[in-house]
Amino acid sequence: MNEMIEMSLVNWSRLQFAMTAMIHWLFIPITLGMTYIIAITQTLHVKTGDPHWEKVSKFWAKLFGINFAIGVGTGIILGLEFGTNWSNYSWISGDIFGAPLAAEGIMAFFLESTFITVMFFGWGRVNKKFHLASCYLVAFGASLSAFWILVANAWMNNPVGMEFNPITARHEMVDFWSIVLSPNAINKFLHTITSGFVISAFFVIAISSWYMLKKRNMLLVKRSIIVASIFGLTSSIYLTATGDGSAYEVAQNQPAKLAAMEGLYDGTEGAGLVAFGILNPGKKAGDDIDDFLMKIEIPKLLSFLGYRDFNAFVPGVNDLVYGNQAQGIMSAQDKINEGRLALTALAEYKDAYAKKDSTAMELSLTEFKKHHFYMGYGALQKPDSIIPNVPFIFYSFHIMVILGFAFIGIAALFLFLGLKNDLEKHKWLLHVGIWTFPLTMLASMAGWIVAEVGRQPWTIQGLLATMKSTSNINTNAVILTFWMFLALLLILVFAEVKIMLTTIRKGPDGIEKGGNHA
Amino acid sequence: MSVVAAALVFLLFVQGGQTLINTLGKTNDEKNMIINSIGRKWEFTFTTLVVFAAGMFASFPLFYSTSFGGAYYAWKIFLICFIIQAVSFEFRRKKGNLLGEKTYEVFLYINGFLGTFLLGAVVSTFFTGSDFIRNEYNLSAWQTELYGLEILFNFTNIALGAAILFLSRTLGALYLINNVDHAPIRQRARKQVGINALIFLAFFLYFLITILLKDGFAYHPETKEVFMEPFKYFNNYMEMPIALLLLLGGVVAVLYGIGIAWFKKSTKGIWFTGPGVFATVLSLFWVLGYNNTCFYPSFDLQSSLTIENASSSHYTLNAMTYISLFVPIVITYIYFTWKAIDKKKITAEDVDENSKHHVY
Repeated sequence: MNEMIEMSLVNWSRLQFAMTAMIHWLFIPITLGMTYIIAITQTLHVKTGDPHWEKVSKFWAKLFGINFAIGVGTGIILGLEFGTNWSNYSWISGDIFGAPLAAEGIMAFFLESTFITVMFFGWGRVNKKFHLASCYLVAFGASLSAFWILVANAWMNNPVGMEFNPITARHEMVDFWSIVLSPNAINKFLHTITSGFVISAFFVIAISSWYMLKKRNMLLVKRSIIVASIFGLTSSIYLTATGDGSAYEVAQNQPAKLAAMEGLYDGTEGAGLVAFGILNPGKKAGDDIDDFLMKIEIPKLLSFLGYRDFNAFVPGVNDLVYGNQAQGIMSAQDKINEGRLALTALAEYKDAYAKKDSTAMELSLTEFKKHHFYMGYGALQKPDSIIPNVPFIFYSFHIMVILGFAFIGIAALFLFLGLKNDLEKHKWLLHVGIWTFPLTMLASMAGWIVAEVGRQPWTIQGLLATMKSTSNINTNAVILTFWMFLALLLILVFAEVKIMLTTIRKGPDGIEKGGNHA
Repeated sequence: MSVVAAALVFLLFVQGGQTLINTLGKTNDEKNMIINSIGRKWEFTFTTLVVFAAGMFASFPLFYSTSFGGAYYAWKIFLICFIIQAVSFEFRRKKGNLLGEKTYEVFLYINGFLGTFLLGAVVSTFFTGSDFIRNEYNLSAWQTELYGLEILFNFTNIALGAAILFLSRTLGALYLINNVDHAPIRQRARKQVGINALIFLAFFLYFLITILLKDGFAYHPETKEVFMEPFKYFNNYMEMPIALLLLLGGVVAVLYGIGIAWFKKSTKGIWFTGPGVFATVLSLFWVLGYNNTCFYPSFDLQSSLTIENASSSHYTLNAMTYISLFVPIVITYIYFTWKAIDKKKITAEDVDENSKHHVY
């Protein structure tokens, strides 16, 4: 039945997942960092007894609540979508992939959902310290939730701690801790969560800048900007460090993704890092056309960042597709051939197993083990399909990196002028502050495109092709539900944004006077 | 997983409460009191549902892939019911909410009626079977392009769906009697306990008698061959006396809780009916999964799923056991937090639009 899966089913399934994931990700990063900002400002209130700090906390908690609700609503879709749209993947990887999701539910979701009730409804009703502890527990719960889901995601990019069981025809977990503590998982968690912190910081800065331009709520705004710019500056500096760690992991485990990120077609020793460049749109793997129309390159830096050696060889698209004997890189076609041998041996093993023919089982298993490392490649049709969409990944990666460095400078300026109480005089910076928030979202989305589209053609890197991961259902069912979900989610997103803007326009004083129905 | 499923059915009092908003609340204040009462608990139900799904993914990945990837429309509609619930409490009375207060109330109704009904109907297929095949690689395919909507053509499935719906309404009314300090709401809720409990009992007894008398999906412990065994679920109860005791004890507790709320005007009915529901559901899941029974049967008998063939590897199940050690901690902090928040019952003051507190 797997042979019957059409590409349109795969593409619609991918589109549905990408759409729901991106809409979900519009809200989650704000949640991740806002919880800490609320906890910090509430701590300042509890420590100093200053009611203005509480006002600051309550205002941001109000916006957080609106955002949190839709984050929860869009989150449940993704977990179930693995089952509904990617059921073959769910079976083949469920033994490993399901456990972090279950851990997330038990350890993080309950923590978050329990203490968020205290955070929202406990103001003035429960002991202040209990309330403050609840704010921190919500923040911790949100981070813990991010940790577990990113452990699962990291495993898809760097499958470790498992082995393939030919009887059940699935990958099975053999080392829980190597999955949880893999460098890929740790880096991915740190990089993603700090990106959420940066987005949250600029969310606060953007709204505060708007108030400052309107000369409203000045005390709340100044305090919010100081807290958010310290939070944003430290997070964005750390973000670049974790970005380096993430890129290093990509170089070790996903060379095709790295080649696409850098638009590198011909591998070389001492490879330079393209700081800025325009790809030649006509360039294809294996041709002689120049890969860039123009580029600014930092010599040897890619080799160093990828392999911690200025002279290391970095494979390009052509090396990975056609092989490079000198560097010991096997061609994609050879891997495909190996993969097909593994799949044939597996089929023979399953047949022998059904007939209880132990001799044939032993023979086919030996043959399978000889080739199974490349089993996933057996599903691919063409050698160049191992390379993701180069321009899409290249530009996404560079947009993310350039914006990431810009955020450091902008946060530093806000902190410097905020501490000098001089921000009001720099209206241009306040406008920049407003527009930086959507740019943080853009950078974050670009990062996810690099991570997920850059992993193609795999759902599990090197082991399971995306085209073999879908459910065995009619494409029309996926198309129908795609439009249903798109319509519903867009309505809810518009509602969320409108409520958020109305609440912001009303401001903290409006909320205090008019109750919570901003 | 049966424990989480049993907890989930108890927590459906939130959904039941949602379907009673206009029945129990005759003024805006009353409606808001009801919504604020159940609104402080909706996340527990939602989270339990997510944990149930994630737990099934981790513990029974073959079920996850077969059921979710096959009964596609049923699960997608179910999913929509819960997406709209998640935003409704928070958005309903917010200015600029685009759709208006009434629309979000309709969303809560859809979640309450359709979500509970579908859950019951889908769970019923665990007893009545589904139309899928599974190949030698354990990849499954649904055999009808209705992708799960065909479950509505079987009255036993409809009966359990309706039973769960009316049970959730009974639980919702019992919860509101306990949690809202407002005499007219309590009075109306008592009436609803009686009406909904009777309808629930009618559907549930039909379902229970049907499954006890029907042939069940059994498998041979050695050959693993699946076959239809007469009175399989009845036999399971006879062969597993603890499950039988749980069922009988559960039913008695359910009826006692309903009885004291209806006749004695007690506010404590939820504390008997809730655990009773938990015990009853637990017993149903035990007879479904243990004693060489297929817990997710297929009309193509040999494609059926059993605890043995659908579960994760021994290593993963061990890891899940360690993760489950957090459950008592979770229950403890939920208990204390719930107690702290519910110390004061919901009154009209709690829904005042000018309150400085967070209200739905």
